[in-house]
Amino acid sequence: MNADVVIVGGGLVGSSAALHLALRGQRVMVVEKNSPGRHASGVNAGGLRRLNRHLPEIPLAVAAAEMWRDMRTLVGSDCDVKLGGQVRVAENDADMHALEERATQVRALGFTHEQVIDRDRLYRLVPALAPHCVGALYVAGDGFARPYHALTAFRHKAEALGVDYRTGLRVTDVDRPGERWRLMAEDGGVFEAPVLVNCAGAWAHHLCASLNEPVPLTVGAPMMMVTERLPMFLEPVVAAASRKLSFKQMQNGTVLIGGAHRGGHDLARETTSIDFRRLGESSRNAAALFPRMRDVRIVRAWAGLEAFLPDDIPVIGPSLTAPDVYHAFGFCAHGFQLAPVVGRILSELIVDGRSSLPIAPFSIGRFQKVAVAD
Amino acid sequence: MVDRRYELAVIGAGPAGLTAATTAAGHGLDVVLLDEQAAPGGQIYRSIEDAPARRAELLGPDYRHGAGLVEAFRTGGAHYCPDTSVWSLGADREIGVLRDGRASLIRAQRIIIAVGAMERPVPFPGWTLPGVMNAGAAQVLFKSSGIAPAQGTVIAGTGPLLLLLAWQYLRAGVPVSAVLEMAAPGHFLRAVPRLPAALLAGHYITRGMKYLWQLRRAGIPVRYGVSGLRALGDGTLDVVEYLRHGRRVRIASDSLLVHFGLVPNMHLAEAAGCRHRWDEGQQCWRPVVDAWGNTSIEGIAVAGDNAAIGGARTAAHAGHLAALEAAHALGRIDARQRDTRGKDDRAWMRADLRIRPFLEALHRLPQSLLATPDDDTVVCRCEEITAGEIRRAVREGHADPNQVKFITRCGMGPCQGQQCVHAVSHIVAAETGQPVAGQIPLRARPPLRPVTIEALAQLEAEAAPT
Repeated sequence: MNADVVIVGGGLVGSSAALHLALRGQRVMVVEKNSPGRHASGVNAGGLRRLNRHLPEIPLAVAAAEMWRDMRTLVGSDCDVKLGGQVRVAENDADMHALEERATQVRALGFTHEQVIDRDRLYRLVPALAPHCVGALYVAGDGFARPYHALTAFRHKAEALGVDYRTGLRVTDVDRPGERWRLMAEDGGVFEAPVLVNCAGAWAHHLCASLNEPVPLTVGAPMMMVTERLPMFLEPVVAAASRKLSFKQMQNGTVLIGGAHRGGHDLARETTSIDFRRLGESSRNAAALFPRMRDVRIVRAWAGLEAFLPDDIPVIGPSLTAPDVYHAFGFCAHGFQLAPVVGRILSELIVDGRSSLPIAPFSIGRFQKVAVAD
Repeated sequence: MVDRRYELAVIGAGPAGLTAATTAAGHGLDVVLLDEQAAPGGQIYRSIEDAPARRAELLGPDYRHGAGLVEAFRTGGAHYCPDTSVWSLGADREIGVLRDGRASLIRAQRIIIAVGAMERPVPFPGWTLPGVMNAGAAQVLFKSSGIAPAQGTVIAGTGPLLLLLAWQYLRAGVPVSAVLEMAAPGHFLRAVPRLPAALLAGHYITRGMKYLWQLRRAGIPVRYGVSGLRALGDGTLDVVEYLRHGRRVRIASDSLLVHFGLVPNMHLAEAAGCRHRWDEGQQCWRPVVDAWGNTSIEGIAVAGDNAAIGGARTAAHAGHLAALEAAHALGRIDARQRDTRGKDDRAWMRADLRIRPFLEALHRLPQSLLATPDDDTVVCRCEEITAGEIRRAVREGHADPNQVKFITRCGMGPCQGQQCVHAVSHIVAAETGQPVAGQIPLRARPPLRPVTIEALAQLEAEAAPT
């Protein structure tokens, strides 16, 4: 195929970019070293959260929330979305004060989705919560989806629009002998296109290095665990102001417990391992907020390989060293919700030359202060 | 209570584990044996210390052989942790254990996994009906508590256990309506060329002939060339149905005991990240090991039926070899001593393994049992995922077992895919036209046994400060 754009990485961001580019008439090829969604896109916690976003991410998260609400129109599937809200609970007055300040900050930017709720409202929303909490920050209409189902829906829709997925092909080198980017794959395959998009997740820095655009990306493996099935008792996703915890009951009754505790990993072998002592902390946090969980059995724990950046927000935007190269990676374990809009932004950058949403804070230039002095 | 650190941890108290622990302790190693059961013996020598003489006699001389292994272990000086389940094993040789409801993490410089084999789960129509049970599990019940199907039973599947169990029931007066052998058609012709080598280990054959002859003399029908097995009933089993010579046969029975051979218990080794390969002869996944049982992970060895199905005697020799290797690695003996002391074991294993190609060919499962053609048959019991759902997932582009797992939840239940890993591999292979050998099997995720949040929450408090 004679592609206009070649995307490295068939995860949710890469697939979303492929889908939006195809909708704009571009011929797109996706080169994926494993199978789509093998790592972070397939195994993340699936959170759809505007609540407590980093401030520069808020406009993107708000736009993405609109897209998730109407996901069937975009990809032909609702991706098992459940929008029961998300709450961030305060366990004491200091927590509550911090949440109120946060809400004020967000309102000052012109956004009203984050609401402070009092104790009564909180316990109406989350009756199973331990009785000591004093209030919460709440976003109605946040929720979660099933990550691999979402990935599959995006991929199938992209394929239906003519996107060419090449899987099981690891890119080993990249160059630009003329006006086109050329990717060399491990098996000797060569892929060419005028435009190159880097959606390589926990491997994105390798491509950046090939483009002489180093980034301080680190790889981590956030852990999650899931319980046996329980009768439904929880509607919103629950986080806490001063604990590492994310707690949600899935449609099938299982409870998914995350909280950004990290396990071990081996990037070269693409494996992760569980650190049970840190999962012990997740367990204590879960039991502190939901005492009924003590006797519940954990049936599965896992960790996924994810890219982190020092300021905890992603890189989105054009390369500053190489022409016709665009980046979208380093989502620091909160990229799932953003993926639909990030794909759209990439299509706008490539087709229109500009993004409809503010992306300056995500420029890769923030790690290259000297190079972008002008 | 469980101590924190050992030179060697052996997991499993069957013939391989008992021999490994006894041998290692004999070489002065600080060794702990962790086992899920209340008493040593594993599945094959279950309850061997308390079996009444009459039952032990019924079960035959192989069973009594285990008594010697257990006695040597009891007096050998290894630490023993019964009633202890292992719910995780890391490449760093950290073992998650659960005993008396308390979880803890222990470490060992060397680990020998000796968790044996499990009966190959084979999904067929009706296999999840109450009344259908694994024949090996039924045999364990019989060994440990003398329980057998009161109204009689049908025994179906492949392999030597069918005749052995029928013979044991016969001697105990339990009615057996029929024994149905379902190995692939033509299996006998494939097996015959391998017979001369097998004759060198002739005791297997002669014993099988004895069982068959005594069953026939007692009037118990033993049918070969059976296919199309179905368990029928409304809520519980009423009728066992099968095809033979193109005829559909029905037997009224409230019990069906099935057995389709053994497959290695791969979960602990897989969870630790040990490399596995597809064994076409045994039609199963197994860990890649060297002659001493070393896996691809430094310090972790596998011995016995969970390395490759070889039976109890071979397992004991493998346990001996793995323990010698541990004693060598920990500086108790040099390589020459290890090689000398392991010489007889290796000779025994070589001789015994000669019969394997014959038995593998004799008991080879046909494709219809490996990958049930019936789309409505449940393959993953935990999540109730059918063969049809797996096939549909493959057709929709989820072309390997782990992608099938992601999209269908097949293998995500409490058994961690232990029950469906082989069937999923075969169904995916048949649907994609790609060989099983090229797959990565369903990944096992910890905990390998469900652990409560309360138990996990205790972990930091118990952690050794380092």
